[in-house]
Amino acid sequence: MKHIAPIRFGRVGVFVNGKITPMADQMLILTQTIRPKWLDRLVIALLAAAACVAILVTAGIVLSLVFETLQFFNKVPVMDFLFGLDWSPQTAIRADQVGAGGSFGAIPLINGTFLISAIAMAVATPLGLTSAVYLSEYATKRTRDWIKPTLEILAGIPTVVYGFFAALTVAPFIRMTGGQFGLEIASESALAAGIVMGIMILPLISSLSGDVINAVPQSLRDASYGLGATHSETIRRVVLPAALPGIAGSLLLAASRAIGETMIVLMAAGMAAKLTANPLEAVTTITVQIVALLTGDQEFDSAKTLSAFALGLLLFALTLCLNVIALGIVRKYREHYD
Amino acid sequence: MINFSKHAGFNLSRRHRAEQRFQWAGRFAILISLAFLVIMLGSIFRDASGVMRQSQIAVAVDLGPEAIDAADIANISFGKILKSAMRARFPDVMKRKDKKRLYNLVSPEASFEIKRQLTNDPALFGRVQTLWLTASDDLDLYLRGKIDTSLPENQRQISDAQIAWIKDLKQAGQIRRVVNWNFLTNGDSREPEIAGILSALVGSLFSLAVCFSLSFPIGIGAAIFLEEFAPTNRITSLIEVNINNLAAVPSIVFGLLGLSIFLGYFGLPRSSPLVGGMVLALMTLPTIIIAARAALKSVPPSFKQAALALGATPVQAVFHHVLPAALPGMLTGAIVGMAQALGETAPLLMIGMVAFIVDVPQSILEPATALPVQIFLWADSPERAFTEKTAAAIIVLLVLLIAMNLSVILLRRKLEQRF
Amino acid sequence: MTKPFIAARAVNVFYGANQALFDIDLDIEANKVTALIGPSGCGKSTLLRSINRMNDLIAACRFDGSLQIGGQDVYAPAVDVVALRAQVGMVFQKPNPFPKSIYENVAYGLKIHRLATSKREMQDRVEWSLKSAGLWDEVADRLDEPGNSLSGGQQQRLCIARTIAVQPKVILMDEPCSALDPIATAVVEELIDSLRKDYTIVIVTHSMQQAARISQRTAFFHMGKLIEVGHTKDVFTNPQNEQTQNYITGRIG
Repeated sequence: MKHIAPIRFGRVGVFVNGKITPMADQMLILTQTIRPKWLDRLVIALLAAAACVAILVTAGIVLSLVFETLQFFNKVPVMDFLFGLDWSPQTAIRADQVGAGGSFGAIPLINGTFLISAIAMAVATPLGLTSAVYLSEYATKRTRDWIKPTLEILAGIPTVVYGFFAALTVAPFIRMTGGQFGLEIASESALAAGIVMGIMILPLISSLSGDVINAVPQSLRDASYGLGATHSETIRRVVLPAALPGIAGSLLLAASRAIGETMIVLMAAGMAAKLTANPLEAVTTITVQIVALLTGDQEFDSAKTLSAFALGLLLFALTLCLNVIALGIVRKYREHYD
Repeated sequence: MINFSKHAGFNLSRRHRAEQRFQWAGRFAILISLAFLVIMLGSIFRDASGVMRQSQIAVAVDLGPEAIDAADIANISFGKILKSAMRARFPDVMKRKDKKRLYNLVSPEASFEIKRQLTNDPALFGRVQTLWLTASDDLDLYLRGKIDTSLPENQRQISDAQIAWIKDLKQAGQIRRVVNWNFLTNGDSREPEIAGILSALVGSLFSLAVCFSLSFPIGIGAAIFLEEFAPTNRITSLIEVNINNLAAVPSIVFGLLGLSIFLGYFGLPRSSPLVGGMVLALMTLPTIIIAARAALKSVPPSFKQAALALGATPVQAVFHHVLPAALPGMLTGAIVGMAQALGETAPLLMIGMVAFIVDVPQSILEPATALPVQIFLWADSPERAFTEKTAAAIIVLLVLLIAMNLSVILLRRKLEQRF
Repeated sequence: MTKPFIAARAVNVFYGANQALFDIDLDIEANKVTALIGPSGCGKSTLLRSINRMNDLIAACRFDGSLQIGGQDVYAPAVDVVALRAQVGMVFQKPNPFPKSIYENVAYGLKIHRLATSKREMQDRVEWSLKSAGLWDEVADRLDEPGNSLSGGQQQRLCIARTIAVQPKVILMDEPCSALDPIATAVVEELIDSLRKDYTIVIVTHSMQQAARISQRTAFFHMGKLIEVGHTKDVFTNPQNEQTQNYITGRIG
C-alpha cells in the first residue's frame, strides 16, 4: 500500500513530553511501517555515499597533487627541488633560453614560509596564551562574555582583509618607524606580514588553549591553593604545566594555519625568493609562489606550472603532519583528564 | 607562634607583587589584541569613508539640433560634445596640454553618462542642457583634501590650473557631492570613480549558491550517516579522520584540486562561479558535517526511541523525528560554513576567478569574480582612489559576514530555548 | 577541658541564597583528631573548607561569624590567605598529586614558600616528609617518577607528605580515604594516628567506623546544624541527641 503522510515530529514531541497522544496518530505510524525495505536501504546507501565524499576529496587532493608532481619530477630532479638553494622559475618560460630548465630549489620558499610563520607565532603565542589565561582564570563572567566574542571577531575576518591591512597600514608604518632608527626595511618585509598573520592566528591560540586550561581539573588547583600558593603561582606551576600538551597541540594547529595562509603573504610579503633570516627583508613563501605560478598564462605541462603542484604537495604534507601530531596530542590530553 | 598576617614570612610581599604583575600582563595582552582589532577596523573605515559620496560636475552640454542628430544616438560622439561643453565653460584654455587637463576633470565615463541620460529621457534633446556628470577621482580626492597641494606641481596628480578651474566651478555651484550608489550598482572599471562591486557581489552570490546546494545536502547526509547509521568499523573511522584533517588543509590546496580536476580533468568552464562554488563546497564540507553531527547529537534520544517504539523503521525515525529537530542547528552550521566560503580568496585565484569583470554575470557558467577577489585586485591597484574602493568593498564584505553571524546567534538563541 | 586550638563561634555560611551552616559553635583541641560526621549535604565539608578559607574561591560563598586558630581570627581583614593556608594544610577527597615527579610534588610547597635555602635542605625536607608520611621506603628509589604512577593509597600518602612538608599547624582532611580500598585505608588511618602528636587534625568522614577508629573527638552535623560534639567514645556509645542516635544506628543518612 502507499504510505500515508508522515506525522509531524511535533505530535510525537507531545507524546514524549508525557502527554497523551490521540490513538489515531499511533495508528498512522503503524501503517507507515508497511513500506518496502529496499527504500530504506537505498536511503542509507545514499547517506553512506555522502559520507564517502570526504574520502573522495582527500583522495582527489592527494591524487591530483601526486600526479602533477610526478610529472614535474620527470623534468626536474627531486633532490634539486627539495634541497636546491635557488628559486627562479621565470627562466623556464621559453625552451630556447639559456638555462631553460629554470631553478626550482624550494629551500628559499620553505625558509620564507617558516620565517614569516615564526614571526607570527612569536606575536601570537605570548599574546594568545596570556589572554587565554587571563580570560579563563581571572576575568569575571561578564568581562569574559564580551571580550571572548570580540576576540573571536578577529577569527571571522577574511584573510584578504588582513592582507589589505598588512600591505597598506602595517608595512608602511614599520618601514617609516625603521627609517627613523636608520634601518633599511623592505616595503614588503617579512615582519609586516608576520605580525599581521600573528594577529590572525591569535584568536585560534587563545580559544584553543583557553579550552585546554579550562579542562585542567579543579582538584589540582585546589591542591595548590590548599598549600598556600597564590593564584599566579598555581597557574604557572600547576595549571600551565598540566595543560602543556594541549597547549602544544593548539600551537601546532596555529602554526599549520600560518604555514598554509596565502592572502596575507601574497599581499604583503612579496615575490623575492631570498634565503635570509632577516625579518626586515622581503621573502616569499610556498603559497605566494603557487599563486604566482598559476595565475596568468598557463600551459599545463611546463615545468613552471607543474612546480606549483609540487609546492602544493609539499605544503599539504607539511600541514598534514602538523595537524595529525597536534590532533593526536590534544586527543591524548583529553583522554588523560576525562 | 601563629601569624596569618602579611608579615608572617613566606616572602608574602614579593609573591603578591608577582601576582599583580601577572594579572597586569594578562590585561595588557587582551588590550593589545583588542587594540589590533580596533586599529584594523578603524583604518579600514577611515579609508572607506570617502566612498560614501562622489563628486559630480554640472556641464552645460549642447544637445541642440545643429550639434547632434537625435535620430541617430548610436553614432553621436558624446566625447566630442562633452569636450566642446568643457571648452565653452572655460574659453580661455587654448593649449593642447591644458585642454587635456580640462577634460580630465570629468570621468572618462562621463560621455557614456550623457548617452544614458539621453536614452532614458529623449526630451532632453533640442537645446543646451545642464547635466550632472561624474567627476574624475583626482577631483574628488582634491575636494576631500586628500591631495597635498604643498607638493611641487609635477609631483601631484592635479595641476595648479586644474585647481583654479575647480575653485571656479565650485564658486559657480557647478560641483556637488552626492551619495555614491554607483559603487553598489556598477561593475568593475579601470576608472576608480565609477568602479563598483555589483559584478563581484553577484559572482560571490552565484558561487555561494552553488556551494550551498552541494555542501549542505552532502554534509547533512554524511552527518546523518555517521551519527545514526554508520557501523563502527575501519571505514567509518577513516571517514572521521578524513573529515578532521580536511578541516585543516590550507585553502589554496583546494584551489589546486579544483584547477587540476574540475578544470583540467572535467574541463568545466574556467573562472566560472560553478567551479568556484564546487571548490568552496569541498572546503566548507567539514565545517557543515561537524556542526550537523553536533546538532544531531543534541536531539534527545527519546525522539528517536519514541518513534522506534511505535514501529517506525530507523530511517523513518531519523527523517521524520530526529532530522526536523536537528535542522535549525544544521542550518547554523551551514551559515557558518557559508560565511567562511564568502571570505575565501586563495582557491578562487587558482581557478581563475580573478579576471577583470565589468559586466554582471548572468549565469553560473560565465566568467565572474568574487567579492574578496575584487578586494585583492583593487588593493593591488596603485591609485589612491582604489585604496578607498578596496576599504569600502571590505566593509560591504564585513557587513554581509556580520549579518550571517548575527543570524547564527539569533538561531542559536532560539534553539537554546527549545530543548 | 583544655583550651581549644580552633574555635568557631556563631558561624553561618551561605552559598548564594542557600544557607549551608547555621550558628555553629565548635571547639577543636590541639594534637587531637577531630572527626566531623553526618549525612551528605550536612555542611561538614563546608565547615572544613571554612577553616582554611578554601570557600573564598567560590564567589557566591559568604561567611559570617568568627573563627579563630591559636587565638588569631581567620576572617580578620589583615589575614593573608596565603599565610593562612601555609599553616593550615589540606588533604582532599580524591588523591590529587600534581602532574610532576614524586619529588617535585613534595617540594612544591617548599619551593613556593621558599622554605629551603639550599638544594641539600630541600632534599632533606622532602625525605623527612616522605618518611613522616610512611612513603619513603616505597618511593626512595623512584623519586623522579610521576606522582600519578603510584597506587591510589600511595598517592594519598604523597598528598599528605606534600602537606606536612611545609609543616602546618593544622591538617584538614576531606574524606581522605573515600577513594581508597580497605587495605590502603588502613595504612592511611594508621598514618593519621601517628601524625596526631605533631599536628591538630580535623577530618571529615562519611564512615562512622573510621571516625570511631581514628578520632578522639567527634562532631555530628545534620542539615547545616551542629547536633552533638564530644569525646568520640561518648558520641558513639552514649549519644545525647536522638538524631545522633538515629544516624549512628543507621536510621538516617
